[in-house]
Amino acid sequence: MRIFLTALSTLILIPLSALAIDIQEVKSKGGFTAWLVEEHSIPFVSIDISFKGGASLDLPGKRGATNLMVGLLEEGTGDMDARDFAAAAEGLAASFGFDAYNDSVSISAKMLTENRDQAVALLRRALIEPRFDQVSIDRVKSQVQSIILSDSKNPEDIASRAFSAAAFGDHPYGSGLNGTEESVEGLNRDDLIAAHHNAMAQDRIFIGASGDITPDELAALLDDLLGDLPAVGAPMPKQAEYQLTNGVTVIPYETPQSVAVFGHQGIERHDDDFFAAFILNHVFGGAGFESRLMSEVREKRGLTYGIGSSLYSLDHGQLFIGQVASSNDRMAEVITVVTDEWTRMAESGLTAEELSAAKTFLTGAYPLRFDGNSRIAGILTGMQSTGLDIAYPDTRNDKVNAVTLADIARIAKRLMRPEDLRYVVVGQPDDVENTD
Amino acid sequence: MKHIFAALILSVIAAPLSAQDNVKSFTLANGMEGVVIEDHRSPVVVNMVWYRAGAADEPRGKSGIAHMLEHLLFKGTENLAPGEFSKTVAANGGSDNAFTAKDYTAYFQRVAADRLELMMKMEADRMRNLRISEEDVLTERDVVLEERNQRTDSDPSALFGEQRTAAQYLNHPYGIPIIGWRHEAEKLSRADALAFYETYYSPNNAILVVAGDVTTADVQALAEKHFGPLEPSLDLPVRARVSEPPHLAERRLKFSDERVAQPYIIRSYLAPERNAGEQSEAAALTILAELLGGSSQTSFLGKRLQFDEQIAVYSSAFYSGQSLDATTFGLVVVPAANVSLQDAEDALDRVVAEFLEQPINQEQMGRIKQQIKASEIYGRDSLRGLANSYGSALTQGLTLKDVAAWPEVLAAVTEEDIKAAAAKVFDRRQAVTGWLMRKGEEQ
Repeated sequence: MRIFLTALSTLILIPLSALAIDIQEVKSKGGFTAWLVEEHSIPFVSIDISFKGGASLDLPGKRGATNLMVGLLEEGTGDMDARDFAAAAEGLAASFGFDAYNDSVSISAKMLTENRDQAVALLRRALIEPRFDQVSIDRVKSQVQSIILSDSKNPEDIASRAFSAAAFGDHPYGSGLNGTEESVEGLNRDDLIAAHHNAMAQDRIFIGASGDITPDELAALLDDLLGDLPAVGAPMPKQAEYQLTNGVTVIPYETPQSVAVFGHQGIERHDDDFFAAFILNHVFGGAGFESRLMSEVREKRGLTYGIGSSLYSLDHGQLFIGQVASSNDRMAEVITVVTDEWTRMAESGLTAEELSAAKTFLTGAYPLRFDGNSRIAGILTGMQSTGLDIAYPDTRNDKVNAVTLADIARIAKRLMRPEDLRYVVVGQPDDVENTD
Repeated sequence: MKHIFAALILSVIAAPLSAQDNVKSFTLANGMEGVVIEDHRSPVVVNMVWYRAGAADEPRGKSGIAHMLEHLLFKGTENLAPGEFSKTVAANGGSDNAFTAKDYTAYFQRVAADRLELMMKMEADRMRNLRISEEDVLTERDVVLEERNQRTDSDPSALFGEQRTAAQYLNHPYGIPIIGWRHEAEKLSRADALAFYETYYSPNNAILVVAGDVTTADVQALAEKHFGPLEPSLDLPVRARVSEPPHLAERRLKFSDERVAQPYIIRSYLAPERNAGEQSEAAALTILAELLGGSSQTSFLGKRLQFDEQIAVYSSAFYSGQSLDATTFGLVVVPAANVSLQDAEDALDRVVAEFLEQPINQEQMGRIKQQIKASEIYGRDSLRGLANSYGSALTQGLTLKDVAAWPEVLAAVTEEDIKAAAAKVFDRRQAVTGWLMRKGEEQ
């Protein structure tokens, strides 16, 4: 493959929708609100449910509880054990995804029209009355431990974990949501019940749906599915204070290629200049091949296979970070080039041509983001949890087009601060000094 | 809970496609084939050009050249400057990329449907008019070596896979990694790239696949206009790779590395692939993989090894029948803490033997068939997934008729078919068994 960027580049939080798409707001009797795109040509529906808060609601000393709890939702309910539950879901050919993120717990379901009622009933049992039996807890814990162990040997994970830890300290954002070997070992059934109650309550739900379902059918479905969840969950976490200074951290690791995570504090997604920052990052390191970082580091110098940057704007803390991998003997040159580009952007912003090309791409690409029911359902949920209104898709391109060179110059000065730039390098890079 | 090692495995229940009314094909006078998948849900189109040329078609000693050429196809033509292809796609709000496999190389763009013609025009241009400088080739070779660093040399699991695959094939080029052996990839030249390009990049070796908000008539007219004038290659090599001799001796290998966090065992058997007009054995193996190790919770290996005996944190069986030449059937066990690889392998052998002795659980078989049926419905949701399915099938020796017949062939598989296919494939003489271990904990 010509380019294979890591998950980092998917974290841009501009919510998406398509212009030709008709989004309906659906309100259920039980008080749930969902956004729906009706599409009856394929006989299935995708439903995406997001509970705000997520793994950041882990209590002190209980890191990993939300993640383990979410991992156990498909491991049995009531009188069904994990195998019974899987057999039932497979028999219906329903697909249920349960995921924990920093700021949310996400449930994504795909259900055939022909057996949707049975699939909803099954999913409801998993969400409302998970079993959390000891056998399953032990089994899933051992899976999580295996993941924690694997991550501990992965240079990319080591680098981003070290960056987050230094940036956010004791806040949950400062550690991996899987938890540590010790914290996971210490979790018990009561912790999971508490995590379930804290994270999956009615006061924090956002719902998107797309596919073969009518508004009335969806409204009834939601009341069945979610009506018995607790009304109120745990309070949202505090703001995460950014604590990192400039410099270079080298973490020695025996591998032919070093990995670097670099950056500093970012920008809130509700900032007035967020659109300008979004465009700036697009040109800087967000646009794949067309970005300055790719052009300078890969295309001109052949120093890497991939480099990118992203606005990592979480609900309670923000980073502006990038990632790159390069041979140990070439990482020093990569760092010089990246720092030069950081400085150039801070000082001179974008050219008129770059701004114009970015607008053309961003406005042209916007309607194409709708690729099928699953994607649309996720987009609708994302828009709501970001606080956007239902007409946003109609005005979004205007907002992109309204950004001026002066806006860019202002945000470039504010957002890009070479004097605060921190590199965390994992590997055995030649001529890269640890400044700590 | 999905296990991280699920990433090791290709999803087996991946959208079997049936003959949909909305799939049409045509052939141009110069031999180029076209497939059109109409989907009018949104004004988007995926445009792909597939070449029947992949890593397994490379000359000996030039491993990695198919993939490096793929990179170089973005470096310009008589009409486009280096980088201008992707820049033009982006200026039209689209995205583009490419990928190389053992049997094919494919290029694609995702754009608004009204920009399709421009994409086809540029693809036609780079099919015949590539212009690359020595300097472009040297820089891009560095990029490819960094890609190998990142995706293979930095990942012990990938290095282990490379060694196992090399041991699997005694003679066939499937044993050679797509990205190339480092010692060969670092010597690839502009002349090597151009030689491969001139041999294989021609309309009579290419398939156009367009999916989205288009009509077949429009796509065919655009294809006539832009690809139609290209001269076919008159000396396109016949696609016949060297074949495998009989495998007479089991191969076993152990690989240890400082960076291994989680040891595991993986065994692969040489296995027959789907062939035009004869797909039933591959269908039986597809269902066998599901029954044995498809779902962690309900498959035979999962139940026994992860639940009853708790010997494994993860287990799986995998098989992908889509391949031009002989493929593999695989088994994986990731042992639980304190379980040795030997004990894990012994348990695997014991449980597989048990599976072969017992009657097949008909309920499980019914669930698998229901999922296969449903995956066809879910599969229709993704334009790119559909386009990929057709492009890869046609470049791997199958016809549209085979693609259309596949769901029925799967549905017709019986218990006897599965047992017969299993008995044939589970022959240790054609197997490679690998142990991945932590350094210092070699067993």
